[in-house]
Amino acid sequence: MKGMTIIVKKITQLVAPIIFLFGFYIVIHGHLSPGGGFAGGVIMAGAIILQILANGNILNNLLQEEHGMELLESVAIFLFMLIAVLGLLVSGTAIFFQNFVNKGVWGNLLSAGFIPIENIVVGAEVFAAISTIFIAMVVYNDEVKK
Amino acid sequence: MNSLIPLFVIIPLGSAFLMVILERFLKNICKVITPFALLSLLILTLHFILRVEDTQIYKVGGFEPVNGIPIAIYMVIDGLSKFVLLIISLVGFFSILYSLSYTNQYTSENKFYVLFSLLIAGMNGVVISGDIFNIYVFLEIAAIASYALVAFGVEKQQLEATFKYQILGGIASMIILMTIGLIYWNTGTLNIADIYTQISNQNSLFLKFVSLLFVAGFGLKAAIFPFHSWLPDAHSSAPSPISAMLSGVLIKAIGIYVVFRLFFNMFPLSHEIAMTITVLGTISMIVGVLLAIGQWDLKRLLAYHSISQMGYVIIGVGIGMLVIVTGGDKKIAALSIAGGLFHMINHSVFKGLLFLNAGAIEYRTGTRNLQRLGGLAKFMPITSSTSFIASMSISGIPPFNGFFSKVLIIVAAVRAGYNWIAFFAVFVSVITLASFTKVQKYAFHNNDGNKWLKKNIKEVPFSMSFSMIIMALLCLGLSFFIVPEVRDIFLNPAVQILVDTMEYSTKIVGM
Repeated sequence: MKGMTIIVKKITQLVAPIIFLFGFYIVIHGHLSPGGGFAGGVIMAGAIILQILANGNILNNLLQEEHGMELLESVAIFLFMLIAVLGLLVSGTAIFFQNFVNKGVWGNLLSAGFIPIENIVVGAEVFAAISTIFIAMVVYNDEVKK
Repeated sequence: MNSLIPLFVIIPLGSAFLMVILERFLKNICKVITPFALLSLLILTLHFILRVEDTQIYKVGGFEPVNGIPIAIYMVIDGLSKFVLLIISLVGFFSILYSLSYTNQYTSENKFYVLFSLLIAGMNGVVISGDIFNIYVFLEIAAIASYALVAFGVEKQQLEATFKYQILGGIASMIILMTIGLIYWNTGTLNIADIYTQISNQNSLFLKFVSLLFVAGFGLKAAIFPFHSWLPDAHSSAPSPISAMLSGVLIKAIGIYVVFRLFFNMFPLSHEIAMTITVLGTISMIVGVLLAIGQWDLKRLLAYHSISQMGYVIIGVGIGMLVIVTGGDKKIAALSIAGGLFHMINHSVFKGLLFLNAGAIEYRTGTRNLQRLGGLAKFMPITSSTSFIASMSISGIPPFNGFFSKVLIIVAAVRAGYNWIAFFAVFVSVITLASFTKVQKYAFHNNDGNKWLKKNIKEVPFSMSFSMIIMALLCLGLSFFIVPEVRDIFLNPAVQILVDTMEYSTKIVGM
């Protein structure tokens, strides 16, 4: 896939990290404000998509990236499940999805028990999944054109 | 609370995600993990059936009800759930054993096992879920996994079939989601037991509308008569162990089971709905078999028979519903429902076996066109004999299991006064026998099969023949469900849930 002009490339270089950071902000504040893992993950994937669109990419690099994203996705979704199962094992009451971490003070960033952790895992999962879908489409497009 | 209940979802879901990670490092890990996961599910189900009595509920997250209103997600295991879980894990385990050799022909085998585990997780989730929204969520997991599995061969015909299946399945899911929204709007709750307490006194137009939407939505998933057109394509194009799962288990777990659960335990029983279900069941029984007899594609023929046999299950339970609504003898209702549920497990076993046989034939000869087959009995003795047993079971020949369940349904229909339905049930059974005589003749006998000699056709590998033999033995073994002592353990708890319609909600709201 070919890239765009130098103006677009430079602007993207400036903007993409900020978008990524904003996505991460949404993810870690999921338990305090609107948004959360899913919305933040999509925004984070947006930064990657922007980079690929602006700078273009070589097919082999894309395939490698897809491989890594798939691994991240599977690990994230497995971690989500593992945390839920930990509730079953750690807490004395044996309850699936038990919030076993100390809940802290309401309104603090570090509060609400394991919900922020789950949010981060969901964010990673959605980020990887949306990027994988996009990269798969680009790869398909490139292969058809070949 | 019984903390073993969430394991029914955790085990298949966890093994699916674990396999996606591990398959990068260990090539054949999927073929080890999946059978063990399925085996542990089977053991867990048997533990629940044999050791745990009464209704068990589980509140996810441990949230207790507030002022008697349930707020947590409920997982419920009662007689009916246990019965359907038994079907899922039994057929699932033998299908996966069969797949171990069968999937060698595909390039990305590992994805097959991942999707298979997700399919099992979705179906288990539907069966143990206690609220309608989670039924929808798990139903989608199962449905999306099955869309991908139908297209697993990625050939033209399979892609077309899965496209059709996705569109109709998507319409069904949309109808179901919309109906759930309507119910939530009216009652303010999603818990099945809680909904029952709120709408049990109503008899409004709204309820009738919502019931009909559910019949349409889950009817599409279960391939009841006017909604059946996707089934023959999808079930015949899928890889054979998946066809066995789709026909044998999926249409029951996410279609028929939910219909029974909702119309017995959530909606107040109504004569109109009972009549609708019974009539649709009768029509699909007749239409399915009439469409089946002319088919020459072996798997397509079997798929049409699935529609017909599901008709038996529906009329069995439908007559029971009619008898309860009209205030008839509860013993007749129980007999009829027992017949329907008994036919459900029987059908999953013999139809699963028939699809596995069809897969074995396709695996060795490369075709499933009956006109090009013939004389295979000499070359594939195990496939031939197990297929004979399954054919006799589906046609209702004693002493195989299909006979006993059909007899129960027909006797109940006559005693309840629905003579026409009994007549049609016998009539369809005769045509079924005719069409399976055709299968036996054209696939296994007909000619001396000298053309197979040149191609060096032999029996299928061990894992495939082993699971076919066990399924054939089950066709005989399930006949023992008719013995009262065995029936008390496996069948009667499920029947009891459907006959005492109110008990479900009083038990759960009380806990």
